[in-house]
Amino acid sequence: MKSHLLPEFIVERDEERCDNCKVCIKQCPFDVHYYDEEREKVMSKSELCVGCQRCVVYCPRNALRIVPYKAYRPNDYWHEDYIRDIKKQAESGGIILTSCGSSRRAKVYWDHILLNASQVTNPSIDPLREPMELRTFLGRKPDYLEIEFSEDDVEIKTELYPNLMIETPILFAGMSYGAISYNAFKSLAIAAKKFGTLFNTGEGGMPKDMREEFKDCAIVQCASGRFGVDPEYFNYSAAIEIKIGQGAKPGIGGHLPGEKVTATISSTRMIPEGTDAISPAPHHDIYSIEDLSMLIYALKEVTNYEKPICVKIAAVHNVAAIASGMVRAGADIIAIDGFRGGTGATPKIMREHVGIPVELALASVDQRLREEGIRNKCSIIVGGGIRCAADVVKAIALGADAVYIGTAALIALGCTMCQRCHTGKCAWGICTQDPNLSKRLNPKVGAERAYNLLRAWSLEIKDVLGGMGINAIESLRGNRDHLRGIGLEEWELKVLGIKGAGE
Amino acid sequence: MSKLRDPFMDNVRKIENIAKAVKFEGNMAKIDARELNHKELNDLIRLCVEKGAEKIILKNVCGQRYIGTRLFFPDKKVEIEIFGTPGNDLGMFMNGHKIVVHGNAQDGVGNTMNEGEIIVEGRAGDVVAMSMRGGRVFIRDDVGYRTAIHMKEYKDKVPVLVVGGTSQDFLGEYMAGGIVVLLGLNRGKHLANYIGTGMHGGRIYVRGKLEKYQLGKEVGIVEMEEEDYKKLESLVKDFLIYFKGKGLDEKLDVDEILGEKITKLIPVSKRPYGRIYTY
Repeated sequence: MKSHLLPEFIVERDEERCDNCKVCIKQCPFDVHYYDEEREKVMSKSELCVGCQRCVVYCPRNALRIVPYKAYRPNDYWHEDYIRDIKKQAESGGIILTSCGSSRRAKVYWDHILLNASQVTNPSIDPLREPMELRTFLGRKPDYLEIEFSEDDVEIKTELYPNLMIETPILFAGMSYGAISYNAFKSLAIAAKKFGTLFNTGEGGMPKDMREEFKDCAIVQCASGRFGVDPEYFNYSAAIEIKIGQGAKPGIGGHLPGEKVTATISSTRMIPEGTDAISPAPHHDIYSIEDLSMLIYALKEVTNYEKPICVKIAAVHNVAAIASGMVRAGADIIAIDGFRGGTGATPKIMREHVGIPVELALASVDQRLREEGIRNKCSIIVGGGIRCAADVVKAIALGADAVYIGTAALIALGCTMCQRCHTGKCAWGICTQDPNLSKRLNPKVGAERAYNLLRAWSLEIKDVLGGMGINAIESLRGNRDHLRGIGLEEWELKVLGIKGAGE
Repeated sequence: MSKLRDPFMDNVRKIENIAKAVKFEGNMAKIDARELNHKELNDLIRLCVEKGAEKIILKNVCGQRYIGTRLFFPDKKVEIEIFGTPGNDLGMFMNGHKIVVHGNAQDGVGNTMNEGEIIVEGRAGDVVAMSMRGGRVFIRDDVGYRTAIHMKEYKDKVPVLVVGGTSQDFLGEYMAGGIVVLLGLNRGKHLANYIGTGMHGGRIYVRGKLEKYQLGKEVGIVEMEEEDYKKLESLVKDFLIYFKGKGLDEKLDVDEILGEKITKLIPVSKRPYGRIYTY
């Protein structure tokens, strides 16, 4: 069948600059560039280009430009994406697979929220000269504290629950070894350890050679596939996360295609090489809140009640009621992943149409738990499209204890959001298991970039806090007085629990 | 502030206040579980192992969960004998210990178990051997729904489940490895439907009458080979050793059991859902 699909990008080669060095051919895993023997020059097939910009960055002569190609007559209803998808499906009959987070045009609530600053009536603080506290504790907090004073000592008598201590309210989100390369996985682990925060193994297990070194900065996941899950894996961790859902694909499982299950992936996940690693949609031992409770306590048992247990869900319509159930089931931390959250592979229909924005989900969960008097029973981590330090600050003011960053962390490592993770051919060595591609990412350099991002955002958060006259992130948590909405309707302000700008 | 009730943690007594439930006899410990809740019993079992007990006998067990779960000691292997009815998730995540239940068990026996052996002299509930990764589970009678879902294997680490009776629906769903045997003793036909739906690894042996409509789309029937009979013979031998004199028909023997028709089920593909996507 003749394909009717048009190229998505056009490769523009400056013939005067190009000296046919073939670097672009070597850099492109999608076979866009090739050497034409007859014409004796490097040529390109634009129709294969995914727009990852690898060749542009690595062209020693700056001879390349990759530009999006919008060919159809502009139509705000029959948008180009729909036309392309229909043609693709007419030719294949398959579910459209994609990756990363939702890129659809929907209201971004972060962009409709503004932050406050001190003027006259209370002084702002200069973070360059005064201490600013970003240290965050995640886990269950007691209902009350019994304190005993003696002559020269103060002692807390109440038995405290296990808590995680992190130096900034930013953690790396769950991304499995399998979805991302070993080098990308390790980059994040090194950065988290160095900065004093945590990374999350996703559901692909933890490579044996990393267990000892990174056990204090790893949140290990227990998902429906139970891949690479053994008692040692649980005990070599800072905390355990039960993954119920994911923002990029709420309600469905996942599968790592057999061709990505290489020898090392297979030994980490403990499944044979080349078989699909299928994660069922539900955990088949969890069909209710009571069942969830059973798994939470099973995990507390296997780790001798020494680690907090986190439960991660996708932000969906009844998220507040579900969150309440999760806390009552014994979750010490709840993680909420918004519909902008990324993934290594998802059906496009799930990515674009299922779930709700994390801003609204977070506000309603925090509100609900406060109303029920159980907010202290858990910490809240939100993720799914946190793009900058301002998003972090707004999330915390809306009630989050900390945020997960996944996509942003990968962009720091080199990702350009070309949304081709599911092909396994990531030109930047991040979302691939091809050794020739994954070696493009040096874990030391990757860790430095990820560490720098944490540092930069933390500095920015301190700046904003100082401007608000606050010297500890603790004082901002759930402090919605510091937020105002613009361009929002009455119901949106109500759900967010904030006033409109000027009110 | 409303008090949040916690069925697991509320009123858990300190270990020194319940220690009288334990009696040591050499390297054997006996625990009377009559008045202990889930966590208290497991606290005591852990204490026994830490103090060097190699065999632990639990009396009057009634619904306490996670027995065997809190025993992550890479260098220690113990044996636990249970009188009564253990609660859900018996031996969940268990790592190399042996548990014998003189009675029935509830849901989740051997859930995500790593290594070891569980022997149940009776029946067991739902989700038996779910996501099991290694070790062996023997159940004398029947099991409930969703048995051996997503069991998986890696190289020589192959989990085994042997059930004397039959299972309910969704047996071996998503199964990715391991061996499941339904012996179908004392019954006319098997009841389970949707056997092996989404299966992409491992094998299921079913002795006795089985109709095609009871199978999921992703499984196929293949001929029994000599290797299969060899494997089954050793498993059935162990089954008889474990349960003869423990309520099993004394006249049963290996030849009689393996003389009946046995259906071997394996997945049609290692990649059942590989062809429904387009990039």
